[in-house]
Amino acid sequence: MERSEKLILVVSGTLMGVFLLLLVYSGLGLGVVVPTCITDVRPFTQGRVEQRGPRQYDVYLVSRMWFFDPGEIRLPPGSEVNLYLSALDVTHGAYIEGTNVNLMAVPGSVNFARFRLEGEGVYRVLCHEYCGLGHQNMAGKIIITREAAAAPGAELVAGAR
Amino acid sequence: MQQGSFAVDRTHRWAALALVIVATTLLVLGIYHGLLQVLYRAGWIRAASFLGLEYYQGLTLHGVVNAIVYTTFFEVAFGYVVVKHFLRIPLDSRITVLAVAMMLVGTVMAAVPILAGKASVLYTFYPPLKASPWFYVGASLLVVGSWIPFFQWIAAYLQWRRLHPDQDTPLAVVGILSTFTVWLIATIPLAVEVLVLLLPWSLGWTASVDVVLARTLFWFFGHPLVYFWLLPAYVMYYVMVPPLVGGKLFSDKAARLAFLLFIVFSAPVGLHHQYADPGVSSSYKWLHGFFTFCVAIPSFITAFTVAASLEHGARQNGGRGLFGWWAKLPYFDEQRYLFAYAFPGLVLFLFGGITGIVNASVTMNNVVHNTAWIPGHFHTTLGGPVFLAFLGLSLWMLTELGGKPLRLTRWNVAVPYVWAIGVVLFSIGLSVAGILGEPRRTNMALSYSNPDSPLFQPQWEIWTKLGAVGGILMAAAMVIYFAVFFATLFAPAQPVREIRFPTAEALRYESLGVARNFTPWVVVAVIFLVIAYVPPLIEVLGGSTVPSPPYQPFSPVPVGQ
Ligand code: HEM
Ligand SMILES: [Cu+2]
Ligand SMILES: [Cu+2]
Repeated sequence: MERSEKLILVVSGTLMGVFLLLLVYSGLGLGVVVPTCITDVRPFTQGRVEQRGPRQYDVYLVSRMWFFDPGEIRLPPGSEVNLYLSALDVTHGAYIEGTNVNLMAVPGSVNFARFRLEGEGVYRVLCHEYCGLGHQNMAGKIIITREAAAAPGAELVAGAR
Repeated sequence: MQQGSFAVDRTHRWAALALVIVATTLLVLGIYHGLLQVLYRAGWIRAASFLGLEYYQGLTLHGVVNAIVYTTFFEVAFGYVVVKHFLRIPLDSRITVLAVAMMLVGTVMAAVPILAGKASVLYTFYPPLKASPWFYVGASLLVVGSWIPFFQWIAAYLQWRRLHPDQDTPLAVVGILSTFTVWLIATIPLAVEVLVLLLPWSLGWTASVDVVLARTLFWFFGHPLVYFWLLPAYVMYYVMVPPLVGGKLFSDKAARLAFLLFIVFSAPVGLHHQYADPGVSSSYKWLHGFFTFCVAIPSFITAFTVAASLEHGARQNGGRGLFGWWAKLPYFDEQRYLFAYAFPGLVLFLFGGITGIVNASVTMNNVVHNTAWIPGHFHTTLGGPVFLAFLGLSLWMLTELGGKPLRLTRWNVAVPYVWAIGVVLFSIGLSVAGILGEPRRTNMALSYSNPDSPLFQPQWEIWTKLGAVGGILMAAAMVIYFAVFFATLFAPAQPVREIRFPTAEALRYESLGVARNFTPWVVVAVIFLVIAYVPPLIEVLGGSTVPSPPYQPFSPVPVGQ
């Protein structure tokens, strides 16, 4: 091997090594995670929101042709959300605008992400996997608003469509 | 003339030509809908369908024709040319005819249901969306048909090794055999998915299918697939490009090592397409992420070796200085047009490689998964070096095998550059929009790009329009290309000579050691595959997924209820 070839191997190997270390840091240090296999929650067909504690919510989101159930979720600022995502019919996806939450919704299986929404506003939930003819219209909303703080329970969910 | 050479072997000449001509003709459809997609996504066609072709039906065509049919046809044709030219071992014509016939029949069987609107499931055909059974049968025939040539070539290769025990295998042959080794590894899980899970289910023989398992098998196929696409382009870069620039291949051994490393690392990585999936443990995803970083290394080797070979050639032609030699490359040489089809692809691949590393980066993938960023990325890889190499080499095969003089030679050298400029604009548009959250695989004309829709996203607009401008340029390049191709095809034939295959000499030959044989590399590949795939497959087969009945794209009610 030529000197220059050895050099390029060392340089590119080191580069990938550094990238890998940064990646591990993003996971272990910054807590950015990817979904894993969960078996404690079985696939569900009805969407709902449950309050677990102060500003802690479990959201059970069903994706189906061609809407999310619940379609609109109201939560107070700073809410920590445990999102359970299922698919009723075909494969869908859920990307929550302005966050790193980006999940596949796969029929027969349940996906999970934990995240916190701070600022007031509307966070759209977009379906990003082709799920049939109505796919381009499939989007839900999470509305972060102070008013939600006063109204826990059933009123968290407005209009299942 | 020599035994086994092309000029005397009509069957193989015609087999290769038929594949290239049919593939290029089908490509017209694939490109047409590529153009329509950018127009829809920019909101310039505001409809669910255009001239009878629905968006997702057309997107299925675009993916299947461009990424599966065109590539496979081309590669089998090119493989025959390489193997016959370099090994000169006669192949059984009847088997070749059978293989080509299977591929053609399979393609027709898959294309008819797509065109009839009975298989709008995209090229990934994720269940529980169900296509017509013909679609699965056709796809299987195409794949199995493409295995047959590989088995012919392996037999020819073994015979050649016996006849030439002291010679190194020609580099192009190493490249092609590596390509198809990767293809065979990739398509076994695909065959299992299609024949065991999907076909019986689409026929109604089984009621339901495990979607997580099907996805895992599909992506077991899906990543090595991309190296099946890439490696023939590397054959062109290593073997054909150095003599075109008047130089030599910088290192013969580095080139061989790159091919062999792809055999090892191209497959244990498929879970990087499933980082966002449920049902698979994140530790397995991290392992595949690690292997994906390893597979970047042979591409780094290639970038270095090819650039060094270009520099060597340019300096032979009087290039001076640190950068001055760049001026000595034959960018617009009409005779050496294969260089024009190689160079812009190399530049695009710089972008493709970097964006690919982003995708591979387990946690960062959260930002880009299934957004427009992804097509933005792979039109600089598949649509960059791979596609340009295949376009150039198809013309080359047409002229060499068909005895046709190249027509519109001036226009021809413009094609790759117009295409590359188009791809850059296209990819910037899609990538930025993707980071802003724009989804892929979506007819945005009806929602996100429609000011009358509650879902309208004004902040994406400028980027979808930039992407469309790029897409229009890409389509324009292809209009020129088709003109060149068909003008050449219909030009009067001249007597066919022995083909001229630009073949690099190496600047240095080193003793090859373990790089002389495929076996050790295939063994290591299998070991890595077992490590990477047995644990997740056990997990997936563990039955935690509830199986799904079939659905069709137009109805939320399962088929048969
Ligand atoms: C005029 C040239 C082309 C244009 C304008 C174009 C445009 C596009 C666009 C906009 C998408 C994304 C559509 C969506 O996700 O909704 C796409 C997807 C795709 N393109 Fe192209 N493309 C072109 C050529 C090619 C070529 C030459 C290839 C391969 C050789 C290719 C392979 C693909 C594949 C595999 C997909 C993914 C399909 C899917 O998500 O199911 N494209 N193309
Ligand atoms: Cu959906
Ligand atoms: Cu991949």
